[in-house]
Amino acid sequence: MSAPRFNLRGVAAIFAAEMARTRRTLLQSVVTPVLTTALYFVVFGSAIGSHMREVGGVAYGAFIVPGLIMLSLLTQSIANASIGIYFPKFTGTVYEILTAPLSAIEIVVGYVGAAAAKSIVIGLIILSTAAFFTPLQIDHPAMMALFLVLTSVAFSLFGFIIGIWAKTFEQLNFVPALVITPLTFLGGAFYSIDMLPPFWRTVSLFNPVVYLVSGFRWSFHGSGDVSLAASLGFMTLVIALCLGLLIWIFRTGYRLKP
Amino acid sequence: MPIISIASVAKSYGGFTALHDIDLEIERGEIFALLGPNGAGKTTLISIVCGAVSMSRGNVRVDGADILRDYRVTRRKIGLVPQEIALDIFATVWSTVSFSRSLFGRPKDNAHIERLLRDLALWEKRDAKIIELSGGMKRRVMIAKALAHEPDILFLDEPTAGVDVELRRDMWGLVRRLRENGVTIILTTHYIEEAEEMADRVGFMKGGRLVLVEEKTALMRKLGNRRLVLTLAEPLRALPAALEGWHAELEDGGRRIAYAMSEDAEKGAAQIIQRLGEAGVHIKDMAMNESSLEQIFVDLVGSDAGSQA
Repeated sequence: MSAPRFNLRGVAAIFAAEMARTRRTLLQSVVTPVLTTALYFVVFGSAIGSHMREVGGVAYGAFIVPGLIMLSLLTQSIANASIGIYFPKFTGTVYEILTAPLSAIEIVVGYVGAAAAKSIVIGLIILSTAAFFTPLQIDHPAMMALFLVLTSVAFSLFGFIIGIWAKTFEQLNFVPALVITPLTFLGGAFYSIDMLPPFWRTVSLFNPVVYLVSGFRWSFHGSGDVSLAASLGFMTLVIALCLGLLIWIFRTGYRLKP
Repeated sequence: MPIISIASVAKSYGGFTALHDIDLEIERGEIFALLGPNGAGKTTLISIVCGAVSMSRGNVRVDGADILRDYRVTRRKIGLVPQEIALDIFATVWSTVSFSRSLFGRPKDNAHIERLLRDLALWEKRDAKIIELSGGMKRRVMIAKALAHEPDILFLDEPTAGVDVELRRDMWGLVRRLRENGVTIILTTHYIEEAEEMADRVGFMKGGRLVLVEEKTALMRKLGNRRLVLTLAEPLRALPAALEGWHAELEDGGRRIAYAMSEDAEKGAAQIIQRLGEAGVHIKDMAMNESSLEQIFVDLVGSDAGSQA
């Protein structure tokens, strides 16, 4: 029996099964992040934003749109990818993935591809939701799409690693809740870091999320807290680090294959 | 050429050695039973062949192909039913079995999935979610998943652990049908009866070592022993002189004579009965006790291990 060089059917099966899981948990997967973001728009955009001046020549409501989308992209990418691989580990069904004729790349493409696809769809839904609350302006749609895809892939890779690392549901939620969410809130989602005192502005430059929000905001309004090159460079760095770590995980079988 | 060839396979976890240089060949189309107490290394060994566990050293070939270099070829030939029921409880029977087939790169074949589900008495439950099924049905789903990609080799890790007698018989029937269709079966089991009933060859594992591999009937002939037990009409104080040199002994206060049968045609059951008759010993009843595979297993691996089997 000859075997194909790439197990496309296997990858498609993982992708489809992950998307089916999203359909089963539509309320949790899609409705919750959209509703949460809508609440942010109501509170920060409409209620508080109406009393605030423009930020960098952009109305406050429109200013926070890229940050809010990025907040959802990060949390959703990590959550989707981590649960995607953690759940088979938890239930024991991961044996089937490990014994199937699938390479490490194919497994990653299946799980991370599905998680990233879900995040992109949620990002686009949130973008559409934002249009109900504030007039949208997207100066560089191609760059916006690139940031949307790169961020989803980068943090789905990161989430996949967390899912492999986690031994308990508590560990699974640890990084998103205690690391990612605070970094996002302090990463300029609701303000420009130029509004901070010099010391805190310098500190913020060590926050990786600043580079993501800034780049994404640049694609909307043509300006950001840091340069576009720095944002793209950071994104590339995250993807490279995650891929490096995944190569090590699959070579050693770390917490996946004894 | 053997369908599976395991050469010097060892597995260590940190300082603990789970497998010590295992050598084993499985012939095409046979049913091979791997027996042994808990922790003997049975599951580790089959998990290595299937790809779920990495070996520390050694070499495994499936149908001539190396399981590491040619994993795409070898894994498509293998189906695994693990010991624990592991299923996505929210998936339907049909979707989870179809998923398994796709995962192994096989094209969609609804007719095959239908045949499989009908064979395993799951057809009526095809649209049911796994969470709605009984334990026995879940185990059947596990088998359906393992067979979804039409493997040449099926590994069954404790296939009937915790299932009722009826389902166990059904599974034995299924295994026989698979073998008739040319599928090679390797099963690990705690039920000696299972190995005795189905296996062509058996392998005994203990402490990560393969202690013995033997054709089942030859093993029973070689290691098993048959005892002729004669219940006497009147108890004896000593064995009659006519039985001197025979492997016979008095039991139960002289009420029974137990005789270990030998291959010697001159010392068969008829001869001992005749000698006792000539010595004036009247026999009230007689019985022949044959060693089961379980007894052989207990003798081989020790009583502690045997009690777990």
